[in-house]
Amino acid sequence: MEFFTRHKRFWLIAPAVVYIGFFMGLPLLQMAYVSILERGTNGGVNWGSLSFDAYISFIFDRDLMDNLIINTDYLQIFLRSFELSALTTVLALILGFPTAFYIAMQPQSRRNMFIFLVTIPFWTNILVRNYAWMLLLRNGGLIDNLLNTIGLDTGGLDLLYTPYAVSIGLTYTYLPFMVLPIYASLEKLDHRLIEAAFDLGANKRKAMTRIILPLATPGIIAGSILVFIPCLGAYVTPELLGGGKFMMIANLIGSQFGAARNWPFGAALGFVLLALVLIAMMVYSLKFKKLPENAS
Amino acid sequence: MKIDRTNPIWRFHGITPMAIFFFAYLYLPIIVLLVLSFNENRLATIWTGFSTQWYSVVLDNSDMLRAAQNSLVIGLSATVIATIAATLAAMGMARGRFRGESGVAAMLTLPLLVPEIVTAIATLLFFIVIGVKLGLISIIAAHTVFCIPFAYLPIRARLDGMDPALIEAANDLYANEWQAFKRVTFPLLWPGILSGAMLSFIISLDDFVISYFVGGAGSTTLPIYIFGMIRIGITPEVNAISALMLIISIIFVSISFLIDRIRY
Repeated sequence: MEFFTRHKRFWLIAPAVVYIGFFMGLPLLQMAYVSILERGTNGGVNWGSLSFDAYISFIFDRDLMDNLIINTDYLQIFLRSFELSALTTVLALILGFPTAFYIAMQPQSRRNMFIFLVTIPFWTNILVRNYAWMLLLRNGGLIDNLLNTIGLDTGGLDLLYTPYAVSIGLTYTYLPFMVLPIYASLEKLDHRLIEAAFDLGANKRKAMTRIILPLATPGIIAGSILVFIPCLGAYVTPELLGGGKFMMIANLIGSQFGAARNWPFGAALGFVLLALVLIAMMVYSLKFKKLPENAS
Repeated sequence: MKIDRTNPIWRFHGITPMAIFFFAYLYLPIIVLLVLSFNENRLATIWTGFSTQWYSVVLDNSDMLRAAQNSLVIGLSATVIATIAATLAAMGMARGRFRGESGVAAMLTLPLLVPEIVTAIATLLFFIVIGVKLGLISIIAAHTVFCIPFAYLPIRARLDGMDPALIEAANDLYANEWQAFKRVTFPLLWPGILSGAMLSFIISLDDFVISYFVGGAGSTTLPIYIFGMIRIGITPEVNAISALMLIISIIFVSISFLIDRIRY
């Protein structure tokens, strides 16, 4: 049963789609175009003059003689982003899987409350969340103080403004994305299946690897993608917890529109980041058909 | 505590402590921030006594109030536009398949997929090229984009959960489309609409990256203002204003979830 007739439905859907198409679709297409334009002399771009300089300058620098020399600065930032995102995904999995399992094993009435508790921090301001970690991690902050009180003279841990701080902050930010899909895949797990495994002589490890993990796998894959991908594009956490010293891809992109004023390069980086995300999502949806409902 | 033998987690000893650690990790920073916001000391992280003075300092700050006002104007405008568009779209999308439906659905959730920084710079370039002045209007236009899916998803979920027989019954009883909407669909749908609107509003209020790039002079939002303060250093003022943001977000999300649980 439909709410409305076919041609009326078209007009109902049109405003939202046209709006997103105009204010997001067009800008993305234009960004792809800007990425293959020549950089203007005073910043900006030279419209109409095509050039692949932006993509070339990702790997090569031009020296005074106009020869191309390899420059790994930008590659390193990409590499660091991938490393930090991978580390964050692993940390989120280590914390998220037991929690999702724990929640899935709770009585129905208590599960919703736990899920709500998991999602609350997600809805709070990202600056505030990162700032809270600055309070904890900085020298003379809570963690430093605690260690000193129990007798460990750390002489200042210098935790803040390190890649570790960035990774802790990223894990904190994206944890719900790991817990929710794993929970969704374990939610329907019948307790009796696990009991049966034990009755049939399985030990804990067997029960975990043969019963629970196979059931959780779709959730683990979905969760890993949902943590890894936004991590790659993180802007605020490296800025605040890394103190701007450990740039990630998004900070590099942002800086091209600030001090560096290299729009084609910024657009090219943005386009590469977007392509990575879309390819990952496409591979995922082709391979695993449908995202779990909690994905968005 | 009595062990519930029917629940298999008692067999896996590590699970419960890990879950406890998880929730401690999740809530410790929030609790520390809230506690320190009531600290009287000028040094933001050493506790010396209870005081609400930093809240009054912050609430007397006219720059901060102007930023908060900008955030409210942007959030309300984006929410109203996005919720109307999302409600219409959800009504059109629910039930009955059509050709190209998956493409349209992908378009409606596209803003959730694109990394924020990419949206931010693409929109910035777009506004510069078409000559939109960077300010409140440009931020509202950009916020509306990512508010649409946040409003759309809860509304759509509620529509999908509705009993189709109700609309059929209304039609059988000679209600026209508008009457069926007004008398049957809307009374059942409004919690979804309200919940979607509140999520949009909170997402807009919290946004930093996009506002930071597509904003201009005079359109400083609350998160941009806070970012500027954090950059300067950790101070009790930042503690207080962060705690305020935190409390507002938590209240809004809680209400939104409660509304969403209203029965059909």
